[in-house]
Amino acid sequence: MSSETLTEKPMRVSHARNWRGFGWGFVAKLLLMMVVNAFGVTALLTAWSAEQWTFLIAGAVLLLVADVVYFSRRTVPLKYILPGLVFLLIFQVFTMGYTAYVATTNYGAGHNVTMQQAVDAALIQDERQVDGSPVYPLTVVTSGDTLGFAVTIDGVVLAGSADEPLQAIDGGVADASGRPTSVPGWDIVSVNTLLSDQALAQRVIDLRVAVSDDANDGALRTRDANSASVYRSSLVWDEATTTLTNTDTGVVYTPNEYGTFIGDDGSSLPVGFYVNVGAENFVKAVTDKDYATPLLRIAAWTFAFAFLTVASSFLLGLLFALIYNDERVKGRAVLRTLFILPYAFPAFMSALLWRGMLNAEFGVVNQWFFFGAGINWLGDPVLAKLAVLFVNLWLSYPYWFLVCTGALQSLPSETAEAAKLDGAGRWRMFRSITFPLLMVSTAPLAIASFAFNFNNFTIIYMLTNGGPRFADASVPLGHTDILISAIYQISGIAGGRADYGLASALSIVVFVVVGIVSAIAFRQTRKLEEIQ
Amino acid sequence: MSAVAADAKRSTSARRRRWWLEVGWKYPVAALIIFYAAFPLVFVFSASVNKGGNLRGTERLFSSFTLDNYAGLSDTLFWTWVGNTLVIGFSAAFGAVMMGAAAAYAFSRFRFKGRRASLTGLLILQMFPQTVAFVAVFLLLLSLGEVVPALGINSKLALICVYLGAALGSNTFLMYGFFNSIPMEMDEAAKIDGATHAQIFWKLIMPLVTPILAVVGLLAFISAFGDFILAKIVLVSSENWTLAVGMYQWVSDQLTARWGIFSAGTVVAAVPVLVLFLVLQRYIVGGLTSGSVKG
Repeated sequence: MSSETLTEKPMRVSHARNWRGFGWGFVAKLLLMMVVNAFGVTALLTAWSAEQWTFLIAGAVLLLVADVVYFSRRTVPLKYILPGLVFLLIFQVFTMGYTAYVATTNYGAGHNVTMQQAVDAALIQDERQVDGSPVYPLTVVTSGDTLGFAVTIDGVVLAGSADEPLQAIDGGVADASGRPTSVPGWDIVSVNTLLSDQALAQRVIDLRVAVSDDANDGALRTRDANSASVYRSSLVWDEATTTLTNTDTGVVYTPNEYGTFIGDDGSSLPVGFYVNVGAENFVKAVTDKDYATPLLRIAAWTFAFAFLTVASSFLLGLLFALIYNDERVKGRAVLRTLFILPYAFPAFMSALLWRGMLNAEFGVVNQWFFFGAGINWLGDPVLAKLAVLFVNLWLSYPYWFLVCTGALQSLPSETAEAAKLDGAGRWRMFRSITFPLLMVSTAPLAIASFAFNFNNFTIIYMLTNGGPRFADASVPLGHTDILISAIYQISGIAGGRADYGLASALSIVVFVVVGIVSAIAFRQTRKLEEIQ
Repeated sequence: MSAVAADAKRSTSARRRRWWLEVGWKYPVAALIIFYAAFPLVFVFSASVNKGGNLRGTERLFSSFTLDNYAGLSDTLFWTWVGNTLVIGFSAAFGAVMMGAAAAYAFSRFRFKGRRASLTGLLILQMFPQTVAFVAVFLLLLSLGEVVPALGINSKLALICVYLGAALGSNTFLMYGFFNSIPMEMDEAAKIDGATHAQIFWKLIMPLVTPILAVVGLLAFISAFGDFILAKIVLVSSENWTLAVGMYQWVSDQLTARWGIFSAGTVVAAVPVLVLFLVLQRYIVGGLTSGSVKG
């Protein structure tokens, strides 16, 4: 600021005279940016060595933008928006875009790497000791937590780890047998340590140190931590023709359009890679004989669940609000607090609690209200749906009670008085005045609530886990599953066969539905506002 | 005289009848509603002090009293989970408040190119719930963990970052409206006095918008507290779990369900949230009606 006022003076004085040192705000900013840059550069270096090019580019751009924004004088608004924006871009915008990308691939169990990674994995899986391979005296070495092998080949001491192929070590010394005795940059693990530490010994047995960057060259492995030999795959990767050839049997494996290597004898390799399958996941969701029917039923139930939840809890909340928005009722503050107890209680705990209370054998609901009838609330398709709706009603009517009470209290009293003068009865007044006005303020919330319940994973997963299972379907989906819990099952993140592609395609469907609902909400809000 | 008395008596009884018809019946109905709202909560409290350690409905409420279930909590990872939940919840809430307030300040006080477009973009983005993209979040963290191990799967920091991803979308509008209600003239006066934009933000605006900061912080904390799906896919090992993930594990299997401990844990964990919510309900309702929904 001060420098700007200075320039307006006729006599220019050097800026330096006016310089009063950095404010503490600047120092704080400098320190923060130093931390950000240090962290960022470290991450970039790791991304470089891990060959994660997407992260490298994205990280470099973000870091550059951050530095420009915080050290330029012209980007004031961005200084305030950037932190939130970075998180938004990475964890919301990117994940949405990535969902769309994964939806067009067959990413999932057996197809979860790129072609190059799949080839490497195939080569590694198939590795066995090369006949007549020389045996190298071995020294086990460590560097921090990284375990490595050091050997002497052709008089040169080499060392490497699981991530780093063998490379020559300058200044490495080996004894007469060729066993390295001094490896700069690595600490030597003594035989005694290996003998006494079972876990470490197992890690040594499991370790494979690639001979070079090319997986065709094989890797060093050991059986006794004392000597190592070269293990090589019987498969050979030909990059030009993108084929794997088994040198023992002569079978040639070519990748098919689904990312699986198929041999010319009809066999296939266990590792595949993901490929673009276009709209196939979307087609699969509606035509696949295993998925189509369950998914259709789940989609229908999702709409029904979301709509009925909003409708029932809105009506109940509105009813309570109408009854108790009455100045003649005493102790309304206390009543209000007691009425909204279910809402203040953490929802996941309520859902779990109800799961116990609705238990068929010993649940309190059966014991107290149904005379120990042993009704299988969560095990019968229809009853489970009713139970889900009932519990969700219990959870969400207080929200509508609060919202409607607030809306009722802010209604203009003049309109009501005018209607009364015109001789409108109570019902007529509610129907023509109160309710339409109430809808103006509550309709957007109702639509937001619909969108929320459309994706209300917690209640479904906690209360019924989607069950009872469809008896006539081969996929692990059930009668109370909504789309998002079905996506969770299909994704296989919790276990089971993973199909990220199909799961993402369904996520896109949910996004589209939510988007349409929200768009309608927008227009509806505008229309309703015209009433006022 | 007697006619007047009878008249008065008649009018009192008529008044009483009218009172019953119009107001009186609301009290018994209120009692019913309170029973509906509160009985599960009373029941879980009763179960938490019950010797049997189960949720059996055959026993009378409070038929026995023991604190064994509460003591039993320390034999589990419960307190670790409480700690994790608090750390994650507070960090997410603090980050959401800071980032949301900063962004709202920028949108409210500066006029810059792309301001309207960004606001519209945020409005559209906030409609799409982050949880639906959980598969992509999972895959992103898998690869991110190879570059920055602290942000990989099974990291609490990663989960906080995921929550912060939703902060700008869901809170900016709530705060933007509130920031706009503070007159611009105050900033201008401060500017004339030589305050920088940072000083105006920290010393002038932030103290004035404390109510909305509290609301956003509380909503962010509650949503992190109640989140299950993201916490479940990010946090793998049991010592990193939040309460939602851990307590689900206690009772998810019907045969091995530990309802006694679950009830005690529920009471311990829910009571502070319950109290906080009820004390601050006025603010929360204000926040709710302006756009964000808890459930």
